[in-house]
Amino acid sequence: MNTSAGAGARPLRVVGTVPTPSAGAPTRLRSALRSIGVRHIVVLLAVLLYPVVATPFFTYQIGAQALALGLIALSLTLLGGYGGMVSLAQMTVAGIAGYMVAIFGSSSVATISLGWPWWLAVVLAIGIATVVATLIGWLSVRTEGIYTIMITLAIGVAFFYLAQQNYALFNGFQGFNKVVAPTVGEIDFREPVPFYGLTLACSLAGYGLVQYLVRAPFGVALQGIRDNPRRMNALGYHVTAHRVAAYALAGLLAAVGGVLMVWYNGRISPGSANTGAMINILIIAVLGGMKRPLGAFIGAIVFVLLQNFAIDLVDRERFNLVIGGVFLAIVLFSPDGLLGLWAKLRSRLQQSRHSNQRRRQ
Amino acid sequence: MTRKQWLPWLLLGGPIAVFTVWALADNSRLYLVTLLNGLTLASLYFIVASGFTLVFGLMRNVNLAHGSLYLFGAYVGWMVGEHTGSWVLAVLAGFGSAALVGLLLQLLVFRHMPGEDLRQTLVTIGLAIVLADLMLWIWGAEIYTFDPPPWIYGSTELPVVEKFPTYRLVVLLGAIVIGCGLWGFLNRTRVGMMIRAGVDDRGMLAAAGVNVQLVFAVTFAIGAGMAGLAGVVGGTALSVSPGEDTRYLLASLVVVIVGGMGSVVGAAIGALLIGLAEQFGQAYAPTYSVVFTFVIMVLALAFKPRGIMGKPA
Repeated sequence: MNTSAGAGARPLRVVGTVPTPSAGAPTRLRSALRSIGVRHIVVLLAVLLYPVVATPFFTYQIGAQALALGLIALSLTLLGGYGGMVSLAQMTVAGIAGYMVAIFGSSSVATISLGWPWWLAVVLAIGIATVVATLIGWLSVRTEGIYTIMITLAIGVAFFYLAQQNYALFNGFQGFNKVVAPTVGEIDFREPVPFYGLTLACSLAGYGLVQYLVRAPFGVALQGIRDNPRRMNALGYHVTAHRVAAYALAGLLAAVGGVLMVWYNGRISPGSANTGAMINILIIAVLGGMKRPLGAFIGAIVFVLLQNFAIDLVDRERFNLVIGGVFLAIVLFSPDGLLGLWAKLRSRLQQSRHSNQRRRQ
Repeated sequence: MTRKQWLPWLLLGGPIAVFTVWALADNSRLYLVTLLNGLTLASLYFIVASGFTLVFGLMRNVNLAHGSLYLFGAYVGWMVGEHTGSWVLAVLAGFGSAALVGLLLQLLVFRHMPGEDLRQTLVTIGLAIVLADLMLWIWGAEIYTFDPPPWIYGSTELPVVEKFPTYRLVVLLGAIVIGCGLWGFLNRTRVGMMIRAGVDDRGMLAAAGVNVQLVFAVTFAIGAGMAGLAGVVGGTALSVSPGEDTRYLLASLVVVIVGGMGSVVGAAIGALLIGLAEQFGQAYAPTYSVVFTFVIMVLALAFKPRGIMGKPA
């Protein structure tokens, strides 16, 4: 694969604030550290102190679930926002990781589950899911733009039907129950606060990885490919290899999210990766805004809050109407999601402040 | 043809020919019934997918709410059928109602975001979610069935197969008629000529002084109407219930991926392949019937990334 080609590539100016890729990794790290502002530290403290303030319900059902979903949506942001490939199969990758945890680890279905130690099961699950994601990527990068959505949707639904019809491996409609988070030493990850900590650590790592990647030569090349694949090809970049590598990396993120989701739910069934679940991930990513990695988590928080409290607004049955309506409104009126809305609002505020100052002078 | 072109045909056709001979020798009735069932399903898929592919070909709009239009047409058709007692009116109502919704969508939504493929697709996803929930609200989770008129009810005597439901034969004939009609409309009428010209080069068509928005609206209405019509026809063959929208959306997707986006002939070929594969899969290897569909898609993508009849966009 040609993914490392970027590291040795000549400096390439890409429009935007991305630092020149010719800068070595330490410089890049330093520039990344320099960009950490007060607001980052405030947010970090807030998410760390959150479980102290919040009730177990809010820590587990809202906090942990939003972070795990956000991690899966983050993989879509990496693919769609930075790679220009909107894949609906990210939930499928997460679902495969979840199934593999159930199959290699322990669950209520003793005939299928192998009962291996949890760390081995997790490593295998993430590995297999990443390989599958790479294969999905290899298949779908043959097509471009709008076709990608269709192909990945078809792949995802095919997996759903396979899991539903296959009893030998996926236990059919029932799926697996009692797939629980492990106890490591003194810490029981089934408890809300430790599990929240685990999802937070994974999400922060994922967020950091994406932030690092999009500044690294690989990420810059990927954004170049998003904007103009023919030109990047002419410049000597292997377009297909970069795209497939993006699928693989996104698959890794989605797989980690999938393992967290199966532990969160304690069970996995074909319904966990059906069309609705696949589209939910897209909704989350678009809701927050696909331009920046933070959008995935913002979208996930809004989504989970809506999911839990839409009952108070409307009938319990009408949740899909609410989320579909919110999604439609965002797509129609603010294509860059909530973050885009925020950026627009801020620039307008700043403008009015400037004009006020000018008036005073 | 050179040997290189022969090879894939040999690799694909060989096993199929062997299977056919074996299946005919083993149980010729099962084979023929499955074949007819496959053709019926293919007809249904063709009616749904032809509208989908027509809309995409002209407007580059992947209408992921196509399945919802199918379901909507089926529900409206069912209501009309209940009130009037006429199945033919139900079919017409299915076509008309879905065509109206499609027309409104084009005029109110898609017209205002030209050239934004991804955003249009996201809008159709949102619409599919909202429409599915609204329909669940209005018509509930019950399963509705149609009463087809007596002349297409019952079964027909055929050689070897013996009794075969007449309705399925009618669907098969209907699809052929619709296919020919569509072909005639696209190739023999002025509007059809404009649509074909638009598929090839939208900009040039507009420059030639044609009201492109009108052509778009007509195409979207026809495409959506085909989905609604298929809703009543398919609902009569099986039944109408929530969840059918996703099923037919997926079928249309796979059919046009295999057949090639924007080509009606491609939709026919794709529908034939997928419909037959699904029925034969269910009859001879029930656990893995989905895998067959998937394998066909992978093969088509591997050898012809734009589908069998696809042209470069």
